[in-house]
Amino acid sequence: MSVLSERSTCCEDGRATQMAALRAGEIGSVHSWDRSTDADGPGTRLVLRLSGCPLRCQYCHGPDAWLMRDGALHTIDSALARIERDAPLLVAGGGGLTVSGGEPLLQPAFVARVLRGAKEAGLHTALDTSGYLGRRATEPMLDDTDLVLLDVKSGLPDVYHSVTGRDLAPTLEFARRLADRGTRVWARFVVVPGLTDAWDNVAAVGDHLSGLENVERVEVLPFDQTGREVWHTLGAEYRLELTEEPDVDVMERVRIQLRASGLAVA
Amino acid sequence: MAITADHTPASTPEAPSTAWRGFVSGPWQDAIDVRDFIQRNYTPYDGDDAFLAPATERTERIWAALSEMFPVERAKGVYDVDTHTPGTITSHAPGYISRDDEIIVGLQTDAPLKRAMIPNGGWRMVEGALKTYGYETDPDVAKIFTEYRKTHNQGVFDVYPPSVKAARHSHIITGLPDAYGRGRIIGDYRRVALYGIDALIAAKKVERSELMMEPPTEETLREREENAEQIRALDELKTMAASYGFDISGPATNAREAVQWLYFAYLAAVKEQNGAAMSLGRTSTFIDVFMERDLAEGTLDESTAQEIIDDFVIKLRIVRFLRTPEYDALFSGDPTWVTESIGGLGDDGRSLVTKSSFRYLNTLYNLGPAPEPNLTVLWSPQLPEGFKEFCAKVSIDTSAIQYESDELLRSQCGDDAAIACCVSGMTVGKQMQFFGARVNLAKALLYAINGGRDEMSGKQIAPLSAPVGGGVLDYDEVRARYDELLEWLAGTYVEALNCIHWSHDKYAYERVEMALHDRVILRTMACGIAGLSVAADSLAAIKYATVRPVRDETGLVVDYDVTGEFPTYGNDDDRADEIAVDLVSTFMDKIRKHPTYRDAVHTQSVLTITSNVVYGKHTGNTPDGRRTGEPFAPGANPMNGRDTHGMLASALSVAKLPYDEAQDGISLTTTVVPSGLGRTRGEQVTNLVGLLDGYNVATGFHVNINVLNRETLEDAMEHPEKYPQLTIRVSGYAVNFVRLTREQQLDVLSRTFHGAL
Repeated sequence: MSVLSERSTCCEDGRATQMAALRAGEIGSVHSWDRSTDADGPGTRLVLRLSGCPLRCQYCHGPDAWLMRDGALHTIDSALARIERDAPLLVAGGGGLTVSGGEPLLQPAFVARVLRGAKEAGLHTALDTSGYLGRRATEPMLDDTDLVLLDVKSGLPDVYHSVTGRDLAPTLEFARRLADRGTRVWARFVVVPGLTDAWDNVAAVGDHLSGLENVERVEVLPFDQTGREVWHTLGAEYRLELTEEPDVDVMERVRIQLRASGLAVA
Repeated sequence: MAITADHTPASTPEAPSTAWRGFVSGPWQDAIDVRDFIQRNYTPYDGDDAFLAPATERTERIWAALSEMFPVERAKGVYDVDTHTPGTITSHAPGYISRDDEIIVGLQTDAPLKRAMIPNGGWRMVEGALKTYGYETDPDVAKIFTEYRKTHNQGVFDVYPPSVKAARHSHIITGLPDAYGRGRIIGDYRRVALYGIDALIAAKKVERSELMMEPPTEETLREREENAEQIRALDELKTMAASYGFDISGPATNAREAVQWLYFAYLAAVKEQNGAAMSLGRTSTFIDVFMERDLAEGTLDESTAQEIIDDFVIKLRIVRFLRTPEYDALFSGDPTWVTESIGGLGDDGRSLVTKSSFRYLNTLYNLGPAPEPNLTVLWSPQLPEGFKEFCAKVSIDTSAIQYESDELLRSQCGDDAAIACCVSGMTVGKQMQFFGARVNLAKALLYAINGGRDEMSGKQIAPLSAPVGGGVLDYDEVRARYDELLEWLAGTYVEALNCIHWSHDKYAYERVEMALHDRVILRTMACGIAGLSVAADSLAAIKYATVRPVRDETGLVVDYDVTGEFPTYGNDDDRADEIAVDLVSTFMDKIRKHPTYRDAVHTQSVLTITSNVVYGKHTGNTPDGRRTGEPFAPGANPMNGRDTHGMLASALSVAKLPYDEAQDGISLTTTVVPSGLGRTRGEQVTNLVGLLDGYNVATGFHVNINVLNRETLEDAMEHPEKYPQLTIRVSGYAVNFVRLTREQQLDVLSRTFHGAL
């Protein structure tokens, strides 16, 4: 349940109190609750999409989740109640909970409490992240994470910067840390024609991932225009307006390249 | 040529001691009790599909011979009709597809795909059908059924009050079985195989002597007459079997005979009754007991076991009735609902899945996909994994099976229950229903707004009440008026059903099906509702958005001006879903207030068959933004395209509808594109099993699963010849897509195809 209404009736230092509650993970800024099968980890999943993201990916599907202030504030109790309500269904569906975004690690305390609650409810847990804020993931949080869906975006630092506006290094550092601690990873790579599909960029992705024994599979996803309407609604400059979906041949070439690096490609 | 009783049987009846050799004994030997026989004798199978055998050359030959006839039938509408001989159990001489090649024999008439007239339901239906397909009416037959012999149809109209006629004419109550056979009665056809006809007649004679000792009330006299008819029908069934060279007076002695005996019993029913749904029951695990015994005795191998089932299923695929285009508009694609329920668990927790459960489903591979028999899996998360995965595979490959919650069904009807038609559960041989079609809840809402006037004709149909005020529609006011309107509708509806079933029992009694029931049975009065999602969304619009009525010059509200957003049913949003839940419960409460014919227990379904198109056609603009004539969503489905949060959210909204208030079933039809289920076939199977388990745990009752791409259907519309066996689940049954009318094909295409789940 949203507690937005409480905000307006709050006392004078309401905003400060709210910030403190966000930091403590008492409340979280939520974009939406969703359910999916196969798209966000194994089986049927409840997907908690959080608001706020430090990256500005050109091909972002959900730019309406960029700003924390645009989300609805949910208490940790209401979030856990939602998870518990769905738990029998998710267990039966061979799935679990996926925390996604935006970038969930922008709200690490809330995420940690959500994942703890999901584990206590007997659920499989997945964290869908770019890894850019990987340092904010605490060890207890990762102990409660069965699977990390790591969106690597690009293999070459300059391409990464052009796609996201940020640096690649923190993601690689996070990936290494996950490998060292043995956390399972499904890596993701979105093929955007003219942006991420160059041979050397893909090869670099392969190089980074092939050294990580915890990467169980790489999901190669074709760019599509399902986010276009959201960009238009926001009035933001959408640079991929004319970009088309990658050809089947290109998709196949990318998969072959990654397989050649010894990766299991889906 | 009719069959006479002087045929010499080719086999002699076996004493039960021989026929029942090797079976575990129990109470089933002392009284008719098929369930007890199954429970003591079946062998659960928890393996996978690796043991299954492909079609034999013989099977392929027979199926190919029929497949050559299907295009002619599709082009003409019917392949052939016997215009002279009304169908009865013994009316037609034996018929064969290929006499020396068949393993299981018996046809409805003397040739495959040749349809019989079955006029007891109503002569007009027969006459209309003959005319449509270009056949002359035989004047002698016409004279019999117009001058000498009254039909069910005439009987009903002799007792209908004007209010029912008006409601029927204006389409607020529709699809009533008042001009055709009601169907949805499942004879326990297994009894013939297990006991033989003579033992069944003996048991009916015991019931008869009981009846002779009871006081001769009208009820007792009716039962005595019905009992006499039942015994007569059993005798005729024996005669019909003898004409094919089989003596079925005693029990079947092996698996092939068990299937043959069972099929003869079913065949007798479809020779004589043109019921809307002529369902088979729950036969696979029963048959499996005989199969296992033959396999153990070394007289059967897997290939022959499968061949027997394949041949049986071929027969079930070619059951045909003579029906009119008006009927087809309600139930399109020529369905017969030869529903067979497979799987489920027993009360003791053991799975009722046997190898024959697999063999039945395997016919969809051996013979290719087909809509009939209507293979229905009784699903529980506790079913063996190997079976669950095989079901998911078959769904992905054929889109031909439907799923019902075994958990819910067993809670109401026990572990020997079967589905009649699409979603109607009943205990086999111990329960029957009075099929009641359905009322149009969306139209009822428009009547409430218009003070009982019809929004399309302007006529006063429901009792006059004050129409709503001129300004913005007020939710509480509309809801209160709707409640009053539904009160009237429920009363009118139950009266219509009482008229219908009184007449049907009298003029078109299901002799052979009821002969295969106990004497004391549970009867249900199966009411139904259509347009649930339209009504719920309309009320949500009135409650959460601003809805202004638009009137014509006579003051009749004919449209709605809607501003603002409103939640819609089908997105797991309680605001809208709770309205739908409330409508189901409210209407059921109102139904229950009215006494029923033969004290039948009131039930209702949320099901439309394919009539969602016709209901939509007869319903004006609705406050949810749906335009005049636009089809409703099928069954309990969310309105097409409004379930935007994926298949699971959509299914979970439907799962909220209370089964206790809709015990005749709640139907969901859903379509997913293959890639939405997963990237690899293995993942697709795992994920579909997971979805079915999840929906079951969420107390979803029924789901039709289609795994299809829209492009395939579009191509099939353009090139039907390329897709003779393309099968899709529409609403409680499956059809050959190419046999749907163009209108209905477009309706199917307009439904939500869930790309990502």
